Amino acid sequence: MIETDDPKEARRTAFRSFVAAEIAPHAAQCDRDERLGDGSIRKIIAQGYLAPWLPEKWGGQAMDMLTYGLLNEEVGYACSAARSLLTAHGMVVQAIYRCGSQAQKDAYLPSLAVGDRIAAFAISEPNVGSNAACPETVAVRTDRGYRITGTKTWITLGQIADLFLVLAQCDGKATTFLVDRSTQGITVSPISGMLGARGAMLAKIDFQDCFVRKDRLVGGEGSGFSLVSSTALEHGRYSLAWGCVGMIRACLDQSVDYTSTRRQFGAELKKHQLVREMVTNMVTSLHAADLLCRRAGALRDAGDPNAFMETMIAKYYASTAAKRAADDAVQLLGANGCSDRYPVARILRDAKIMELIEGSTQIQQLSIAGHAYRQHPVGPGCSVVG
Amino acid sequence: MSTIHERIRAYLERSLRQLELDDDTDIFANGMVDSLFAVQLVAFTEQEFGVAVVDDDLDLANFRSINDLANFVGRKRTGV
Repeated sequence: MIETDDPKEARRTAFRSFVAAEIAPHAAQCDRDERLGDGSIRKIIAQGYLAPWLPEKWGGQAMDMLTYGLLNEEVGYACSAARSLLTAHGMVVQAIYRCGSQAQKDAYLPSLAVGDRIAAFAISEPNVGSNAACPETVAVRTDRGYRITGTKTWITLGQIADLFLVLAQCDGKATTFLVDRSTQGITVSPISGMLGARGAMLAKIDFQDCFVRKDRLVGGEGSGFSLVSSTALEHGRYSLAWGCVGMIRACLDQSVDYTSTRRQFGAELKKHQLVREMVTNMVTSLHAADLLCRRAGALRDAGDPNAFMETMIAKYYASTAAKRAADDAVQLLGANGCSDRYPVARILRDAKIMELIEGSTQIQQLSIAGHAYRQHPVGPGCSVVG
Repeated sequence: MSTIHERIRAYLERSLRQLELDDDTDIFANGMVDSLFAVQLVAFTEQEFGVAVVDDDLDLANFRSINDLANFVGRKRTGV
């Protein structure tokens, strides 16, 4: 939102034009159909937006993290479901890129970069949500590989994904595997009727004694949560946080437009002071979320170890701020805001989902507070008065 | 010039506000950090020592203590 002279911002114009032409016109229909249209997916793929941060040797555009963030913001401004395509697919690509073997990179990254394959991250289970490090899905070692049995659910893009990154327990240790959809023993069941992110094509995926070769193990046995899944989730939080910046901006635009023309008590709504409070909060949240995301992006580009925590902070703030902004936008638009004539009701439903996925608000709070207790001095060193 | 051990110790003591960390203290086992800190340690290792942490290296055993990480960095540098 904070448009500077940075040349990276020049890309924003192209992203915005693309989204206005190809994504925004279909966002409401996508929500009603509970499905991201094939045309939108094809257009995103054609632009090379699925994993543009990958190096060119793998089929990417070597896009820096700030520019990638701006892409997510612009897509998120119009359609959370379309942004979730970037997020969910990107998480698996990131896990392979950062944690995969050379053979896995060779086998998967080029096709994932150009959308010949769509990927989904199969981590949640019917009985396993926030405690993701302890999946009930089991991988049993065999002579030639592993046999996976269990159920994953709420899997974004699960309905259309060709490839799953699956977190399972192997000898009691969280371990990740790449599993092709065509693997015998996989059953995909679409999930409908969700509150928000309705176009994200969620699915329940049953794995019944699915055989995967040894070379589909990502990272080592036992590194599945602490390293592989965490790497994927960090990427997901970054993408999602920027998407929330877009959602806040959409709420602000809708609110300013509506309150500038709608009249009550003989004056435009914008003349009423309590309305201005809500608009002020949206503006402030937008700037704050934007800056947190930019900081996270700069650290990610630099390979800085603090990127992990700063990305979490950005996601925590941006997702909660998006929910507040959407709530206020619906309030400002009144009954109109509750109808499907305006996008704010959809944004509110989508924003609620942002507080739950890629680590719930409460899990982020636990981690961020834990970080604070590790980082800040206690005792005499914390004194701020003479 | 600081040794590998000293640089790892400085980072961990700064990050964990833990003074006088033993070389063999398992930072994951004693509750100093949760397992998510492993991702930060990987990034630190790559940035500080210029080594690439690849798939075969993604074992928490390489990151549990100052000694474990120093040994890992030493192996990466010598290609062992």
